[in-house]
Order: sequence, then structure tokens, then C-alpha cells
Amino acid sequence: MSKVRVLVGTRKGAFVLTSDGKREKWDVSGPHFAGWEIYHLKGSPADPDRLYASQSSGWFGQQIQRSKDGGATWEPVGNKFVYDGVPGTHQWYDGTPHPWEFKRVWHLEPSLSDPDKVYAGVEDAALFESTDAGQTWNELSELRGHGTGPQWTPGAGGMCLHTIVIDPSNPRRMYIAISAAGAFRTDDAGKSWRPINHGLHSQHIPDPDAEVGHCVHRIAMHGSRPGTLFMQKHWDVMRSDNAGDSWQEVSGNLPTDFGFVIDVHAHEPETIYVVPIKSDSEHFPMDGKLSVYRSRSGGNQWEALTKGLPQKDCYVNVLRDAMAVDSLEKCGVYFGTTGGQVYASADSGDNWAPIVHDLPPVLSVEVQTLA
Amino acid sequence: MIRVILPAHLRTLGRVGSEVTLEVKAFTIGGVLDALEERYPTLQGAIRDHVTLRRRPFVRYFACEQDLSHEPLDFPLPGPVVSGAEPFLIVGAIAGGC
Repeated sequence: MSKVRVLVGTRKGAFVLTSDGKREKWDVSGPHFAGWEIYHLKGSPADPDRLYASQSSGWFGQQIQRSKDGGATWEPVGNKFVYDGVPGTHQWYDGTPHPWEFKRVWHLEPSLSDPDKVYAGVEDAALFESTDAGQTWNELSELRGHGTGPQWTPGAGGMCLHTIVIDPSNPRRMYIAISAAGAFRTDDAGKSWRPINHGLHSQHIPDPDAEVGHCVHRIAMHGSRPGTLFMQKHWDVMRSDNAGDSWQEVSGNLPTDFGFVIDVHAHEPETIYVVPIKSDSEHFPMDGKLSVYRSRSGGNQWEALTKGLPQKDCYVNVLRDAMAVDSLEKCGVYFGTTGGQVYASADSGDNWAPIVHDLPPVLSVEVQTLA
Repeated sequence: MIRVILPAHLRTLGRVGSEVTLEVKAFTIGGVLDALEERYPTLQGAIRDHVTLRRRPFVRYFACEQDLSHEPLDFPLPGPVVSGAEPFLIVGAIAGGC
């Protein structure tokens, strides 16, 4: 029988939640790495028992943990993230040049085909690759070096490379996103990169054609349509049908188009999910009502999904890496909150229930569908 | 043999007990850290930067009721630490946060 494993990164450890295909009863394992911030953990599509976790602490820095048994046991692997060559400078908040300084790994993206290959998106923004299961890391420095790097500026959460999307039809093509530089694409496995931000408009950028400077929060893709991308920008929900060459706004009737997460239904490539957040100065749902919004038309027409979600006095946030879907016949949708809840829907978002109520603030949610 | 006491998170990370004993090549702060990281490679980068070898800001070194955090890596260990009568303490600084 099918099984689902939900990997949850929190401010104070990692948790592994498991259920059978009914997704009604859940076992909770954790905290793993208790007391450490777990920005992200994710499993290899090629070997679901191979997991990678980013573990960090203001005291003791960055660690990478690897599991070979689905999260039952872990071993620390390489944590040496050194920028290639002379790191150079990016733009600081006050406009002055500021040297690149490694702070932490925000996102780990295992290869689609090789369990030993994994990418790491880090703060200050850069992309690293390991081909030996996390033991050693090398920067794909052409991203920072392609030309716009000195213009990149941090967002409020730091200058983080937080999104890595690999094209399943062409593993040489990959998309990444940086707050607050924007989205970038490589078509040659990281040897060269270019900004893909045409059509994005941000109020703080006077130049409507600015190549970089956009605060992209998250990008999602459906594997069957790798040329179509969906983006939750700081403000605005966007889509591209040409691999990011141009973007159109699809915020439509959303009550607010600020937010962090965005994801695509496992079987319906035009069904997408966001969690609208009131504003960039009020990081909680509108009117204290936690709602997922679903569009079955690839954007513009949105419906609120509220059954089972708190509709009163709810002032949590849902961070950029904290939504995921499973691939069971009835697609499951999951998200975690800064209030420590992980909500699950086993029917594409029509009905929701919390798996857990009281975890530390949730930073990331990933889902594995196991045979 | 030098006795070293680690903070709780580093004991977990290094999979060691409350106290570690080390043979060092040099009776200095750097000598202790080199021996510790050689024997427990998972601690590399957790106490000091991989490249610059600078102490992480919220890690402190103490011995014999002295704060040695700001001393250079070639600073000699106090006699009681060399003799094994007193431990060398690596401490997570008392700092706030969430």
C-alpha cells in the first residue's frame, strides 16, 4: 500500500511525519537535531530513503546531514561551503558594495536521477553542487559571475538562494531564484546563466525593464509541462509559458497577492495553490482567516479553500518552502505555519486537517510518496 | 593528555561524551583545536571558520577561570590544563535569540 512521508524543517529541529495512503493517521518522529534550525530537508527522487537536511545554528554554523534510511538515522557530511575564487561584492542595503559571506543553506535540491548528486542554495546567494552525497561542495560560480551579481541586494530575510527547480525533461536546464535579485536560468548545467525577469514589475524598482532586483519568493513547475512556471513574487502571482523568458501576472481575484508559497497539483498542471498573506508589513492571513487559494485555470480565477482551516484569530505565516504535494491518485496538499501547525488535505485542498498542532515554527515542508 | 569539555550541541554532533581527552602536538589553543578537529572531523567548521580559522562569534574558550576567547591560536595553555588537572572549555556563548 502507498505511504506518504512528510519532511518538516522547523526553527528547533526536523520532524518526519508518516501515514498510509489514506492520510488520516500519522506517526510523528522527531525532533531530529533538536535545538538546531532546519531550514530544509528533502529526499532524492532516485532513492527515496536518501534524505539530505540543512542544519544550522547561530552558535555553531552550518551542518549538512544525510540519511540512508528515510530519516531513521542520520550522519553529518560535508559542511565546507567556500565561494569559488575571490568572492567579490554585492550591493548592501545602503547601496554600498558588501563582500559575499556564507551564512547558511536555505534549500537542498537532490538530482532527479542520481542520489549522490545534490544542489544547495545558500545565503549569501550562491549555488553549490555535491556529486559525492554531500561530502564535498563546489560552487557553480558562473551564476554569481555572469554579470549582474554586484547589483544583487538582500531581501528582508537576507540574500538567499531559496528556490532550485530542475527540468525533468532536460536536466541541463535549471531555474533558481534569489531574494531580492530575481529568477535565473541555465540551459547548460550551470555553465552559464541569465536573468529571466522580463514582465516582473516591482514598485520599488523604477525601471520597468530592470534585469534584476525583483524579490521572487518561490517558483513551481509541473513535471509534465516544464516550460510553464508559476511564481509567487513578493507581491503578484505570475506565470510564464516560455521557460521564464517572459512573465504575465495571474493574481486575478486573489484578496491579496502577497505571499510566499506556490505549488502545482500533482496531476493537473493548471491547478495551482497559494496562501495569500495580508502584506509585506503584516505577515499573516487577511482578517485572521487562514485560507489556501486554488486556481484550476493556471491563475486569474481563484477559489478560497477554508474547510478545516482556522477562520478566526489566526495570525500565522506560511514561509516560502513550506508547501508541498504528494502524488497519490487524490492529490494531497500540505503546508506548515510559523505557528507550528502542519495542515494536510487528502482531496486536492477541498478539506483540511492538522497533522500536528504544536511544532516549533515551520520553515519547510516536503512530501515523499512511497510505493 | 588535554581534557576538553564541549557544549551539548557539539557533543551530539561529534557523538562524544561530556569530556574528551586529546593528545596534542602543541600545548596551545590552536593545538587543542587542531587535535579536536582531526579526531572528530564533524566538528570542523562548528567551532571556527574552515578557511580563516577565526572563532565563531558565539563560541568562547575558557580555562582555569580565564576567558581565552580573544587570545591568538598560538597562545600557550595554562599549566593546569597541560598537566590535565583542569579542562579546556569550549562554550556556546550565553546569547539570546528565539
